[in-house]
Amino acid sequence: MRNPQLNAAGELTHLLTLEGLPAEIIVRVLDTALPFVSIAERDVKKVPLLRGRSVFNLFFENSTRTRTTFEIAAKRLSADVINLNIGVSSTSKGETLRDTVDNLVAMNADMFVVRHAQSGAPHLIAAHLNRTGRAHVHVVNAGDGRHAHPTQGLLDLFTIRHYKKDFRNLTVAIVGDVLHSRVARSLIHGLTTLGTPEVRVIGPKTLLPAAVQSLGVRVHHDMREGLAGCDVVVMLRLQSERMRGALLPSTGEYFKHYGLTSEKLALARHDAIVMHPGPMNRGVEIDSAVADGERSVILPQVTFGIAVRMAVLSILAGT
Amino acid sequence: MALPDAEHTFAALADRMRGAVAFDARFVGIYSGGAWIAERLQRTIDGDHPVGFIDVSFYRDDFSRKGLKPEVKRTQLPFEVEGATIVLIDDVLYTGRSVRAAINELFDYGRPARVELAVLVDRGGRELPIEATYAGVRIAVARDLSIVLSRGADGRLALATEAGGA
Amino acid sequence: MKIEINHGRVIDAKHGVDRVTPLYIAAGTVAAIGAAPAGWSADRAIEARGMVVCPGLIDLSARLREPGFEYKATLESEMEAAVAGGVTSLACPPDTDPPLDEPGLVEMLKHRARSLNQAHVFPVGALTVGLNGVELTEMGELAEAGCVAFSQAESPLTDTGVLLRAMQYAATFGHRVWLRPQEAHLAKGGVAHEGEVATRLGLPAIPSAAETIALATIFALVRTTGVHVHLCRISTAEGVAMVRAAKRDGLPVTCDVAVHHLHLCDVDIGWFDAQCRLIPPLRAVSDRAALRAGLADGTIDLVCSDHTPVDDDGKQVPFGEAEPGATGLELLLPLTLKWATEDRIPLPVALARITSQPAAILGIGSGHLGIGAPADVCIFDPDLYWRVEPAALRSQGKNTPFIGLEVRGKVRATLVDGQIVHEA
Repeated sequence: MRNPQLNAAGELTHLLTLEGLPAEIIVRVLDTALPFVSIAERDVKKVPLLRGRSVFNLFFENSTRTRTTFEIAAKRLSADVINLNIGVSSTSKGETLRDTVDNLVAMNADMFVVRHAQSGAPHLIAAHLNRTGRAHVHVVNAGDGRHAHPTQGLLDLFTIRHYKKDFRNLTVAIVGDVLHSRVARSLIHGLTTLGTPEVRVIGPKTLLPAAVQSLGVRVHHDMREGLAGCDVVVMLRLQSERMRGALLPSTGEYFKHYGLTSEKLALARHDAIVMHPGPMNRGVEIDSAVADGERSVILPQVTFGIAVRMAVLSILAGT
Repeated sequence: MALPDAEHTFAALADRMRGAVAFDARFVGIYSGGAWIAERLQRTIDGDHPVGFIDVSFYRDDFSRKGLKPEVKRTQLPFEVEGATIVLIDDVLYTGRSVRAAINELFDYGRPARVELAVLVDRGGRELPIEATYAGVRIAVARDLSIVLSRGADGRLALATEAGGA
Repeated sequence: MKIEINHGRVIDAKHGVDRVTPLYIAAGTVAAIGAAPAGWSADRAIEARGMVVCPGLIDLSARLREPGFEYKATLESEMEAAVAGGVTSLACPPDTDPPLDEPGLVEMLKHRARSLNQAHVFPVGALTVGLNGVELTEMGELAEAGCVAFSQAESPLTDTGVLLRAMQYAATFGHRVWLRPQEAHLAKGGVAHEGEVATRLGLPAIPSAAETIALATIFALVRTTGVHVHLCRISTAEGVAMVRAAKRDGLPVTCDVAVHHLHLCDVDIGWFDAQCRLIPPLRAVSDRAALRAGLADGTIDLVCSDHTPVDDDGKQVPFGEAEPGATGLELLLPLTLKWATEDRIPLPVALARITSQPAAILGIGSGHLGIGAPADVCIFDPDLYWRVEPAALRSQGKNTPFIGLEVRGKVRATLVDGQIVHEA
């Protein structure tokens, strides 16, 4: 089956998931992000690359953080940015996803940044565009259900590469609610594609998906065991809904067994870095001492996130 | 066709610049050929000439047609652009579009006092009103050929032609 | 009208007939096979050289979308689709709008169907009022109006006490209960089979245990009550094994499989293809293999189409929001033949799964070509390939993962009660 993210020439035309993306493309995004990091450090943070292009943020699920970073990234490329917070009410008015997209394309949208509560929504939009002969309109998945968050995965890879250089010697642990996490899935695909020899997932059985090993990870239910010798520790956010769904009894018990404290972090390598996609629940999955400590690279992740998104938008816009 | 020898041409360029260029002019080489020349010029010409490098990929005017090139390098300007005398350095001056992009990019770093342009080869064919302050050689080349600068393992520069204009 | 069908390969599984021979029809019934009746002169002769002549297909589950869902399909279009697919009798589930829980609705449906003069329609009545899983329906009245069995369609019946009493009440009148083995709580919110594919795609999942636990409950209730239960749409390997064991123990259970599940598995979802959003979900490769083996060895009694027309708006949405179901009346025959060819099942055995076996479950006198049987006949070309395209389907439901693919086996003529209702 043809990869819906690549055009006939094998170039990236949509970014929907890191799964199945050739390593060269992933590395190219990371390499292209480097100059954008420098640009963020100058006074004039803009380049004229996407001048005249329109980027539409189609957010069917609320997210100020992600939307803001995409908006900043697009504006730093001199693109015009239009934000659409569609929310559930619009679909209940009867306008289908396809109709919404068609209307926006008629308004000369060049790129859609899509966040949706349903896995597969960006794929649907990309397939619709490909099928109706509008392959010059690109789709970026900003998070779909539990499925994928490829730009987060890329910025996590960029962060890891920045601090650790070579994926091929690393042990990476992802801790928390992998079952519901699109961030975890994207990072796992990215790490395995780039040759990371050991990727671990750590969590209670209720929060790990069926057959998770098939993604290429090793499972640990004991966090101390799972952290031993790790180079990178990625903490996932725990959502309060999980308590109501009979998946966990309490945040207190969760923190005791799966929260990251300085004492548990000491089990990882002495130079291990701590990452978190944000926003953090202090005292639930991570305690403040670690979040604000010297091994934490949580704030640099945010900076890198803008550069990585600029790289993604640039590469797509040029296809 | 016979291209001039790159090393002789470089020597000619250096001669023209020596004594003419400001003592504290900063050299900014446009990747990749301009970068090599900028480094050599710094070693060859007396004075305080810190070197920087510029990648014009984000400022080009042909992005819509050609997309982003596979390898984008990082622009590095390890000095203050504001109020400085900058010599932009490139290997081949042809349509002038790369230089236009470099100037725009430079101005996003600050407002220089003056900007000059030094090129190894000026092949004419300008599409914008841009001229080199210093040129190693001026030659005419067929439109369907491009001139490419390469650098050997020993650092020796060499010029060659390739099919495909500009 | 007197009709003779010549030179076709007549296959009647029930009577062990499988030979090239003529078939004679008169007064709406089968008059003779082989030798013409005395004084025979045909009003119409159908040339069936190279064709198979078999009993009209009997589909145990086809949604006609009336009453209530006329924007998806109508009785006219779906009945045309049925006979185009060689289906001469079909049972429709009670999940119409309103559900078939009142005799008046059932009578109206039967009347409408009869007036179209195509396939026979056998409505399945609702087991509980409004399919709410709380109050029993007037099964006696519904049976008199024409219901052949009672079911909950896809609506969960979570109160085991109510299920037990519903089964006992149905048994009082000698009716059968058709049940979907799906444990409601385990299946809640799930849209795909729990396994590698759902994990990769990030889709909420339904574990196989949802089926096996429901089967265990149902078998225990069958043991207690002695009620005959027909299990609808088995989907797991473990489920097939449990049915096999239950039958070995002599429990009065039968079961069916939906024709799409014989061929597809969760991997076919690909990049969220909503045409593969089905109930039960498409499961793993190993489950599919067990379904095919179970159908071959008779553990699974029959195949049905589970015909569910869904319009474009229902499918061109993200996978989790899509309406489940596939169109199937016109694919029941070719997809059953595909299974038979691939697994080297003799044609009479395969055809039994869509003719005599479903007839036995429905308790009707068709599904065979014995002398005096209703002349419900399907004549098809087993070798003709055709492409599944929207234009090629009479049903208003064009929703199937097989769109754009070629299948083999095309109906050339269909007769109901000795009348030609479809010819191609």
